[in-house]
Amino acid sequence: MTDTSAASKPSGPLRDVWVQFRSHKGAMFGLITLSILIVAVMIGPYLWVPEKLSVAQAIKLKNQGPSFRFPLGTDQLGRDMLARMLLAGRISLAVGLVAMGIAIVFGTLIGVLAGYFRRLDGPLMRLTDMFLALPLIPLLLVMVMLFRDRIAGIIGPELGAFTLIVFAIGITSWMATARIVRGEVLTLKEREYVLAARSIGARPNRIILRHILPNVISPVMVAATLGVAEAIITESVLSFLGLGFPPDFPTWGRLLYDGLQYMQVYPERVVWPGLAISLTVLSVNYIGDGLRDALDPRIRGR
Amino acid sequence: MKFKTALLGAAAAFVLAPAAYAERGTDGEVKLTFPQAVSIMNPYLSGGTKDIYASSMVLEPLAGLTPEGVLVPKLVTEIPTKENGGISEDMTSITWKLLPDLKWSDGTAVTADDAVFTWQYCTDPAGGCSQATKYEGITSVEAVDASTIKVTFSGPKANPYTAFVSALAPILQKKQFEACLGAAAPTCTDANNMPVGTGPFMVTGFTVNDTVSMAANPNYRDPAKPAFATAVIKGGGDAEGSARVVMETGEFDYAWNTQIPPDTQASMTAAGKGQFVVAFGTLVERIEMNTTDPSPDLPEGERSTAKHPHPILSDIKVRTALSKAIDRSILVEVGYGAGGKPTCNVIPGPADWASANDGCLTQDMEGAKALLDEAGWTDTDGDGIRDKDGKPLNILYQTTVNPIRQDFQALIKDWWTELGVNVELKAIDPGVFFGGDPGSPDTFQKFYADVEMYANNSESPDPESYLGQYQCKNAPRPETQWQGENINRFCTPEYDALYATLATTTDIAARQDIAKKLNDMVTKDSMIVVPLVHRGTLSAHSNALGGVQINAWDSELWNVADWFRVK
Amino acid sequence: MLTFTLRRLLLAIPILLVISLVIFLLVDLAPGSPMSEIPLTVPPDVRQRMIEALGADQPVFVRYLLWLKQFFWVEPMTLVDGWFGTTFAAGEQRILSWQSRSPVFTIIGQRIPQTLTVVGTAYLVGILIAVPIGIYSAYRQYSVFDQAGTLFAMIGFSVPTFFSGTLFIIIFAVWLGWFPTKYDTTLVVTDWDSFVQRIRQMALPVMTLGLANAAAISRYMRSSMLDNMAMDYVRTARAKGMSERVVVLRHVLRNSLIPVVTVIALGIPSIFGGAIITENLFGVNGIGAALIGAIHANDIPMVQTLAFIFAVLIVLFNLIADIIYGLLDPRIRYD
Repeated sequence: MTDTSAASKPSGPLRDVWVQFRSHKGAMFGLITLSILIVAVMIGPYLWVPEKLSVAQAIKLKNQGPSFRFPLGTDQLGRDMLARMLLAGRISLAVGLVAMGIAIVFGTLIGVLAGYFRRLDGPLMRLTDMFLALPLIPLLLVMVMLFRDRIAGIIGPELGAFTLIVFAIGITSWMATARIVRGEVLTLKEREYVLAARSIGARPNRIILRHILPNVISPVMVAATLGVAEAIITESVLSFLGLGFPPDFPTWGRLLYDGLQYMQVYPERVVWPGLAISLTVLSVNYIGDGLRDALDPRIRGR
Repeated sequence: MKFKTALLGAAAAFVLAPAAYAERGTDGEVKLTFPQAVSIMNPYLSGGTKDIYASSMVLEPLAGLTPEGVLVPKLVTEIPTKENGGISEDMTSITWKLLPDLKWSDGTAVTADDAVFTWQYCTDPAGGCSQATKYEGITSVEAVDASTIKVTFSGPKANPYTAFVSALAPILQKKQFEACLGAAAPTCTDANNMPVGTGPFMVTGFTVNDTVSMAANPNYRDPAKPAFATAVIKGGGDAEGSARVVMETGEFDYAWNTQIPPDTQASMTAAGKGQFVVAFGTLVERIEMNTTDPSPDLPEGERSTAKHPHPILSDIKVRTALSKAIDRSILVEVGYGAGGKPTCNVIPGPADWASANDGCLTQDMEGAKALLDEAGWTDTDGDGIRDKDGKPLNILYQTTVNPIRQDFQALIKDWWTELGVNVELKAIDPGVFFGGDPGSPDTFQKFYADVEMYANNSESPDPESYLGQYQCKNAPRPETQWQGENINRFCTPEYDALYATLATTTDIAARQDIAKKLNDMVTKDSMIVVPLVHRGTLSAHSNALGGVQINAWDSELWNVADWFRVK
Repeated sequence: MLTFTLRRLLLAIPILLVISLVIFLLVDLAPGSPMSEIPLTVPPDVRQRMIEALGADQPVFVRYLLWLKQFFWVEPMTLVDGWFGTTFAAGEQRILSWQSRSPVFTIIGQRIPQTLTVVGTAYLVGILIAVPIGIYSAYRQYSVFDQAGTLFAMIGFSVPTFFSGTLFIIIFAVWLGWFPTKYDTTLVVTDWDSFVQRIRQMALPVMTLGLANAAAISRYMRSSMLDNMAMDYVRTARAKGMSERVVVLRHVLRNSLIPVVTVIALGIPSIFGGAIITENLFGVNGIGAALIGAIHANDIPMVQTLAFIFAVLIVLFNLIADIIYGLLDPRIRYD
């Protein structure tokens, strides 16, 4: 607000945000790590093609430690862990980010509407209560039973499972965001600048977009970080219950779960997927931190 | 007589192994843990193995089975046979004689009336008794006198040792359960949770799905037993955690059902606190072939029914090829270690009942490929997948969610892919798969897949009822609300006819012969069932616990009265 | 505020009824049957008779109405009978679990204490750890402490409890031998030794859950503090020459706690709901372990009753969170 030169630049506020974001070390670390992870799982499976072994050969090589031949070792069936980690990352990252996106957009939308428009507050919050109160596992069981075959029939079993899981996780994890955003909005709309905007006749959608949304970014970012981790973990629980991907599609959550019973004998089996999930969450968190600072006009330009 | 033997036994134990000598209640507490918690102590209302094993410490049948599958008297003086006159010449009745001076744990006398009552309890149509098959074909159970029980059957019964035999069918106390007949059965919470029994222990505390606390029964028939004063069964957690508390931390003495990967078994054994024991019954992990078409294009109600034979698997050559491509020894090595053996039989034991069928034990990939070629399945378009008449060789392979089964799926998929078969895998929650809900498409009975894998077993050494599954009439279909045990929809008149003769044959050698033939008909002759692994139940006990003799034919805790603390 | 509270409470009744119906239909529609844990050796006709004995073959609306009657009439009356020795509920069928044939409320009564002590303690420990970490992390943003706190929090919630719990077991029980892994529910605290025993057996589950709780709450605390630190009133307070201590603890903290208190209040029903995986792992016979066991066994009366009680708690604590909000932030008006 105090820095007038920023506003006068032709490239507009987006560039400001980027400049500020770039100066944030953690955020850049997060962005780079996440990009590396995404690129690795996108092109990795094409670059790292494990040698084709027959079952009998592979079994002899089971549970090996890291080596040149198998950079991350092998699993209990002698499969190359690096190849599996890369394939698994595709699904896990996609599920984590998309499901988080759905939950955040939906949660923020409901939260803002409920917080800002008093008339909508009651019905929307009761809806939230209802979703919070529903038992998750039967809900997922019913959804999968009703829709799996139909969706699989339209877009194939793999994509069908993806759509269903992302949707299922998204639809069952937006409630916390909605509650928190609503709480923030309730406070924000009594703030002087919002009152001022309203008194000069600004329309609700403009007030929400310009004054409310930028100020709820920080709790939303926290929720988003938690959301990615939760989505990745929820996916593993779903696979565990037989509701996730077909059993021959590895995901990080499933690799972590499968490695659990070997944890004492071959600890690296849980270290790799655990590390991958933690790195993803950590980088999303730092990006969130950076974004919040960059979007905050009081910090920006300091 | 009994008392004398006990004294002699105790004396011998004293001389040979001082540690084994014990008076009742001198060895403190024995702690057991089950991965699934105990829900109820009345086996007639549960049927879950965990509940049956727990209740076997308290409730006893007239006779039990040893680890060898031989009958052993528990509450009776001897096992009735034709020779000793206990079984009538025409095999229509069996008479049991109770031990003298037998007492319930509350001090009252055990009489023949209790057995009669137990029969009434389980056969009441409104009671929903889970062991009703044990009392099938019985026209009456009478108390001839206070200690004589006569069971009369509707016709000659080849195997009369079903009622009141093994932990599945123990005697209940009439006094305690009198008000619990029929529809009132589930409402008797106290009786169901804390039944009065004749076993070595009696229940002192019960928290549902968590802990059973027990104390030595002061009226147990052997005054020197049990060696432990109290016993606790703690439930919950998983197989790995149960194994760990016995094998590594030493918090518990005995863990039932500790099915964990071979590598982990080895590392836990290395801790030196306990050992794994395994009992082989008839549990066989198998692949079942669907003889009917599960295609989703068929209308609901015709899918997976006898109306449409399976387009691929109806050909025995294809089924044989699929079996030949599997290396069962690798499966055992990966999944079970010492807890499993490769098998080609549906009935792998006891030895006298098992067919000498081992043709499937060696993998024959080339032979399998040749068979498929012969059957007309060749890879004409060069995509690596065989086809015939323009249709690719696709197979949907389903099973339950279970780490070992997923490993098996991955291995078998690899072998079948090598064969030129395109395999799609599916894993289903076991609660849904085994639940039998006719509304769900994913039950094993509906079999909306080409092949499926699970394990099944015969509950008694005599496999008559188990073999009855494969009769035509037992095929699940819409008319039966998709209930039935003939999962494959296997249907041949020869099998049904031979099975009918089994039910009427009473000579034991002849019965074994027929059982072997029936076993071969569903396995090597038709390849409808492809057995993979003969599984044992793996349990763990601490080195400080003596006297454990694991048993596959009766409750694993069948001789808990003989357990003692190794000092 | 009072009228607001009353109105919300009255409104809650029809909402809860709708929720109960939705839950019932959902649980009923889910595939699976109460017979799923019965061995395959039990033939189909016997299974059918067992299902009939449970009453599970009745139409869904009959069972729903029966459940409503049992939940809202028979169970409260049984309680009254227990207190005053009356016989209002004599001869009436209570809600029975299909799995164990015991009254559902007896089971819940047995289990609530374990859940409250273990999960409740873990929640408290989590809050006590998280709030100071959050405050200090925000006050010294990007310091070594903040980075370490961030790392701790990230690990805390990127690691599922099934993993951290097993890890703690291996480290603290197998290698070090400090704590038992199975929770002994029959233990009664009578003297110092048994008290120590209780603490020791609570250590591992509380650690596992506390880590997860602390991780999430510390992030909310930090982010909320950061927002307020940048506010004009903080600058004003500093300009007036107030000490840093007063500025941070009196001004910033009070305002920052508002959203955090919501998060904490909203998390309280989950204490009653138990921690499904952790309770199961350590053999704590709490509500969470009961719920997952009942879901696996398709024990509809048990699942339905637990889910509904859970729904009541959620609605209640959402209301409480709203009231706290109004009390802490006088600018919010509800009427």
